Amino acid sequence: MIDFEMPNSIRKLVTMLDTVAENMMRPVSRHFDENEHEIPWDYINFMHQAMRATGAGSLAPDEGKKREGPRTGYQKLAFMLEVLSWGDAGIYLDTPGGGLGAAAVEAAGTDEQKAKFLERFTGETPIFAAMAMTEPHCGSDTAKIRATAVRDGDEWVLNGEKIFVTAGHKSLIDTEGFVVVWATIDPSAGRAGMRSFVVEAGTPGCTVTKLEEKLGIRASDTVSVVLQDCRVPFENLLGSPEVQKKTTKGFKGAMATFDATRPLIAASALGVARAALETLKEKLEEQGVEIRYGLPRSRMTNIEREIVDMEAMLRSGWLLVLKAVWLLDERKSNTLESSMSKVRAGDVVTKVTQRALQLLGPLGFSRDMLIEKWFRDAKINDIFEGTGQINRMVVARRILGYTRRELS
Amino acid sequence: MYAFEPTEEQRMLVDAVKRYAVNDLRPAAREADETGELPQDLIEKGWELGVLQASIPEDYGGFGEHSAVTGVLAAEELGWGDLAGGLAVMAPSTYALPILLAGTDEQKSELLPPVIEAEWKPYVAALIEPSFDFYVGELGTTAVSKKGGYVLNGTKAYVPYADKAQAFLVYANLDGKTQAFIIPADTKGLTVGERDLLMGIRGLPTFKLTLEDVNLPAEARLGGDEGHESELIIASSYVAISALGIGMSRAAYEYAMEYAKEREAFDVPIAQKQSIAFMLAEMATDIESVRLLVWEAAWKLDNGKEDAFKTAYLAFNAASDTTMMVTDRAVQVLGGHGYIREHPVEMWMRNGGGIPTLSSLAMA
Ligand SMILES: Cc1cc2nc3c(=O)[nH]c(=O)nc-3n(C[C@H](O)[C@H](O)[C@H](O)COP(=O)(O)OP(=O)(O)OC[C@H]3O[C@@H](n4cnc5c(N)ncnc54)[C@H](O)[C@@H]3O)c2cc1C
Repeated sequence: MIDFEMPNSIRKLVTMLDTVAENMMRPVSRHFDENEHEIPWDYINFMHQAMRATGAGSLAPDEGKKREGPRTGYQKLAFMLEVLSWGDAGIYLDTPGGGLGAAAVEAAGTDEQKAKFLERFTGETPIFAAMAMTEPHCGSDTAKIRATAVRDGDEWVLNGEKIFVTAGHKSLIDTEGFVVVWATIDPSAGRAGMRSFVVEAGTPGCTVTKLEEKLGIRASDTVSVVLQDCRVPFENLLGSPEVQKKTTKGFKGAMATFDATRPLIAASALGVARAALETLKEKLEEQGVEIRYGLPRSRMTNIEREIVDMEAMLRSGWLLVLKAVWLLDERKSNTLESSMSKVRAGDVVTKVTQRALQLLGPLGFSRDMLIEKWFRDAKINDIFEGTGQINRMVVARRILGYTRRELS
Repeated sequence: MYAFEPTEEQRMLVDAVKRYAVNDLRPAAREADETGELPQDLIEKGWELGVLQASIPEDYGGFGEHSAVTGVLAAEELGWGDLAGGLAVMAPSTYALPILLAGTDEQKSELLPPVIEAEWKPYVAALIEPSFDFYVGELGTTAVSKKGGYVLNGTKAYVPYADKAQAFLVYANLDGKTQAFIIPADTKGLTVGERDLLMGIRGLPTFKLTLEDVNLPAEARLGGDEGHESELIIASSYVAISALGIGMSRAAYEYAMEYAKEREAFDVPIAQKQSIAFMLAEMATDIESVRLLVWEAAWKLDNGKEDAFKTAYLAFNAASDTTMMVTDRAVQVLGGHGYIREHPVEMWMRNGGGIPTLSSLAMA
């Protein structure tokens, strides 16, 4: 069946989150933008308690739980991220529950590992987790990472430097969380050597060395992490023991994480886009500018044309996200749709925030309004979790049936 | 609940339409474009798939129920085959579906069976007018009430098969409101003009139609004395032409992709060059996301959602832009060879340019 009816469970969730976004995020949006390294604990604590109460522990939806009827866990997450990012995209990244770190454990971990590492998110206090792939010399080209993991008895010894770790500070310093660190067990093996390791807060040899200052999403901390003879237990290598053989399964684990996280990042992007578009439309309405739907291009005003294009972009982009997460919930392959949704959402949010800024002119550029902030926040969506170009490449490889060697 | 999979029944219909598009429509497209004519048996074969018949209830000669979602699924496949051929096959729906959606019981009982039963016959709509800022909400063709009926005056264009049509559904401006009127072809004052000379859809003959003091009885007005709201009808044509555009975009994208894998430049297939590969990725992405918007609009129409018209309008705008973008890129991927009429991409580019204009030529 083809059905676009929002299920009641999602409707309820959205209504609740709208309240959070409107009352707990928007009013402090500007404050946390201007005070970069302050932590929005009120929001964090509230969300933690709310998520505990509803049983939503981490970014790992529905998994394992056998329930009647269709699964909607990832769809719920997409809506959640969209609404919270409508509230504030930076503060949303401070939502406790494990973020990309938990998603990585979810995608690549064994059942025991999931139980062990994900349990902490449902405890008394909010906990964070992060994912560290990027290094100073390589971002898009993940196979070039230099961080190493060497086995020593029943431990792994990690060495290397990771940068741009989202929520790294909250995961390692502010709470008892963890970082999923990507490293190579065989530097000559490229992709086949890549593995991911859980490094818990307080592990000796793991240090946060730098807190970045950014264009936008300033409420979210971005840090460098240095690993110096950092020892983690053998079983902190994510995945089943067979992963230890020379295969690309570890790398595929990372890619599997992206299948889940890319549409979610896309959802977040579109939340920002919706915020900008709604605010633009409200301003126009205040000014008595009416948008007439149904006119041919020759009769539209420029503003009408802009708004119609933006609405169409936003809605079609959102439907692509929805399809990508629906495929996940249905346990169907979504690599293509996942990257498509990220490509599209990155474009949409960049365009919509640019246009809103431009059309609102002196108001848009002013820090009295949030438009200029959203314009800055928006840009990250075309960069992290695979740049627009990298996701175009994933889509292109998929449709062309090309390998990395044929198209890079 | 969100779901993105056609039902079994829809899949069967779509598969049949797809086979027709692959085996019949596509192979005939180029010749039809060059000769300006589509073979009658080609149209007949498409008609026999029963897309329209399946959306008309038994009481009126059909065997199903109207579903815009099913309609757009079928239209996409027709658009993939050939826009001109698809529009020809669907032409009677532009007459029958408005009657089904907005007609009185008498109009439905009387007017639908002759269209639906037996072979394809040219029952068509006349909406478009030859002016640059043509707008369906403010038609130049007028209808004036007079005792016991209406008098219509004006000029229409892009009326398919007007020379052979049995009857027309003509849209006119009645006191500022767009209303449709059912007009048999032999009505006095109705003159079929010259064939339109168009850039694309050249296999589909369309004509000007002049109305000079055309006197109609009161029953000729769609919906009877009360008339009807035209939003739903217009929205149904928006989603249909959008789906045709998406289907044609998919055709152009697939063709360009296959070509790009074969064609070599600078020692590698051009598809291995990012500027080509990324174009293809964007084409695929835009097609997929706009297709979903078209589906949603059709679904909203089927479910009587309040913002169905608006969504259909957004989908139409997006599909127009996407079709023009994708069909242009397809030519670009083929380079100089794309510009030559040996390949179909130039035809799709010409046809694609019609999507923003041709909405009233299809209904779903
Ligand atoms: C705020 C923020 C948070 C982040 N959070 C995390 C995190 O939590 N964990 C983590 O591991 N990383 C994180 N990142 C890193 C992010 O994923 C990388 O910055 C991103 O993948 C790009 O890598 P790069 O910066 O090294 O750019 P580069 O890889 O150097 O790319 C530079 C430019 O070249 C283009 N390019 C690169 N390769 C190709 C190619 N093959 N074809 C065409 N164009 C190409 C890119 O698209 C880009 O435009 C974060 C970054 C930021 C800014």
